[in-house]
Amino acid sequence: MYNILVRESGRKGETMHYLDNSATTPVLPEAAEAAVHAMREAFGNPSSQHRLGNRAAAMLKESRACVAQAMGAQPGEVYFNSGGTEGINTAVFGVCRKNFRRGKHIITTAVEHSATLNSLKKLEGEGFSVTRLQPDVDGHIPLGRLEEALREDTILLTCMLVNNEVGACMPVGEMGRLLKRRCPHALFHIDAVQGFFRVPLTPAKWGCDLMSVSGHKVGAPKGIGAFYMKKGVALPPLLYGGGQENGFRPGTEPMPNIAALAAACRVRAAAFAGDCEHVRGLCAYLKAQVAEAFPWAVQNGVNDVPHVVSLSFPGCKSEVMLRILEQEEVYVSAGSACAKGHESHVLRAMGLPKERIDSALRVSFAPHNTRADVDAFIAAARKGAAMLRR
Amino acid sequence: MKEVLLLKCGEIVLKGLNRKKFEDRLLGNLRRRIRAVAPCQVEIHQSVIYVWIPEDADGDAVTEAVRRVFGVATICRAAVCEKTLESMQAAAEDYLADRIADARSFKVETKRGDKKFPMTSIQVSQHIGGELADKYKHLQPDMHTPELTVHLEIRTEHAFVHAGPEPGAGGMPVGANGRAAFLLSGGIDSPVAGYMMAKRGLELVGVHFFSYPYTSERAKEKVVELGQILTRYTGRMPLLIVPFTKIQEEIRDKCHEELFTLVMRRFMMRIAERLAVQYECGALITGESLGQVASQTMPAMAVTGAVCELPVFRPVIGMDKEEIVRIARKIDTFETSILPYEDCCTVFTPKHPNTRPKLPKILEAESRLDVETLVGEAVAGTERIVLG
Repeated sequence: MYNILVRESGRKGETMHYLDNSATTPVLPEAAEAAVHAMREAFGNPSSQHRLGNRAAAMLKESRACVAQAMGAQPGEVYFNSGGTEGINTAVFGVCRKNFRRGKHIITTAVEHSATLNSLKKLEGEGFSVTRLQPDVDGHIPLGRLEEALREDTILLTCMLVNNEVGACMPVGEMGRLLKRRCPHALFHIDAVQGFFRVPLTPAKWGCDLMSVSGHKVGAPKGIGAFYMKKGVALPPLLYGGGQENGFRPGTEPMPNIAALAAACRVRAAAFAGDCEHVRGLCAYLKAQVAEAFPWAVQNGVNDVPHVVSLSFPGCKSEVMLRILEQEEVYVSAGSACAKGHESHVLRAMGLPKERIDSALRVSFAPHNTRADVDAFIAAARKGAAMLRR
Repeated sequence: MKEVLLLKCGEIVLKGLNRKKFEDRLLGNLRRRIRAVAPCQVEIHQSVIYVWIPEDADGDAVTEAVRRVFGVATICRAAVCEKTLESMQAAAEDYLADRIADARSFKVETKRGDKKFPMTSIQVSQHIGGELADKYKHLQPDMHTPELTVHLEIRTEHAFVHAGPEPGAGGMPVGANGRAAFLLSGGIDSPVAGYMMAKRGLELVGVHFFSYPYTSERAKEKVVELGQILTRYTGRMPLLIVPFTKIQEEIRDKCHEELFTLVMRRFMMRIAERLAVQYECGALITGESLGQVASQTMPAMAVTGAVCELPVFRPVIGMDKEEIVRIARKIDTFETSILPYEDCCTVFTPKHPNTRPKLPKILEAESRLDVETLVGEAVAGTERIVLG
């Protein structure tokens, strides 16, 4: 096991137990070092025509190769951007602007991230029609529902790889095949933000044309992401400017962030198999401990990846639980961090009763977590349950 | 150009022997609030307050600060010039250039405080009005409904040029009517209630009940933020944060659910009164509006008000939500009030609250609680933050 997290000491000098890694992750030391190097020493602009610029350009090229490999893509298919939200917007608005003459129908799921849901809401207002596939109670999208939804004028299918709240994996391979068979002109975008370094990414195998990932979910800083666009697909960009990233994403390349993302990918790729094994163990341990300590607690949906588990503690309002846990230096979230306290649309779409939605906690692991973190969670949750369940 | 603000005091000029006290209070408030913005001299002559703005100071900021001081009825922002026709005319053309360019009709109105000035007011108006009309052909003289009135005031030392008064914040100087403790929840109503009573001359001491971990740090930060916004009107204000978790847990464990809110409100009133006495306050202020929620029915207020001897002011009691929201928007608390953090009132909300409580039932419920100890602990654990 490698020690990657600088453990910030919490109040009273207690150890912090950070179990909210689907919200964001601490930056890996290697990533932070790479960023500092790119800020203080190799700070050139990759477009400059002198040695400093050339060095930056070389670093950019190397970083791109590294990130491309992590995304299961060719370097020429990877564009750096600011993160998941930008990737999703690039895909959704790009496809619609390019192909609206072919059709105006978009398919997505009801459990997407708000970046997708709100982009599509905007497009609905502009005359596009959107089908939102409903999940089953496990959080999966039954393939039959996609089959029914496909239309002649479907131009885009956008779907997440791993659901951010319950950890369910979507059958993207089958979806891609089905889409390409029935609507050969439609494009397939995968929001792989929560799947990056949770499952291997193989966009070519999935029939995927576009894919978004974000750096801060894998130990890189916030504000950097990467976008996969299959060779041969050409979307219009969101921004216009100085021609960087092949004109697809102009703006001087944020080299510190790019170098940090590449460094994080290097570290995570080298340890990937072991990490998955480790997290799988943690998840099993968590479930066993929860079953023993809280036989009345229930898991929401099915987590196909061990990194995310959604648990409901009926009778314990999640918002309050969160703060009881934080007093013990245990950090988790209620639903997703992006929902900021609003009722989870994912759990609602899965048809769960209100009481389960209101008491859901999301525990999300990164490789640096240990059994001690799980133990701390269980102990703090015991305290919370004692306070709240009467 | 040197500027001055001429302030008219509101209703305090009607006060009899206390008038000096009120004026001193207002001057003190003005000086404190203006000092934070710019070093201005503030003085009063014959019921007009003069705020002298130094030439290098930010006149807009000073005016903005004065607009929020209660007890000021009207504000004239004027240019200061020499007592000659030429310099008054030059000041009018320069200082009111934008107004002159925008207006289609105008008149000049002169007030002559210095009766030794060689011309009468009417003569001055006629002279300068004539000059301006000659020079600006688009300006029609109009004595009845002019778009622009150029005011000239000739005083002992200087002359002032301005375009007329704008309304001030009104009300009475904060503190002129004493001090009151005001219950600040974080919702829309309570900041409005505090604002309204400050306008009537009360100095405020904020009291907030905090139920961590049932309510969040952010809920507390939000209340601090609301208090901070109110200090633009009230000046410095202590905010007392009362630890309320234990009381709420006790109530939940020992009282019938339908009485949760009422018993809780009674605790709040008791604690607020205790703190009010500590801080030498003469009343409590709440943001209750009749019938708005279950604990704000008439019988409920009878029960919650019964625990304290101090008068309880409820300035928004007769207002609709819409009206309250309008004020909240005006005083800039609305956007903060609607941030979605729970306050302590919604933590243990009964499904079916009792809207027609009977006092004996409440007393019976409270007999299961050690009210005195709980109140004492909460008061002892209260944290004080000074805002403003």
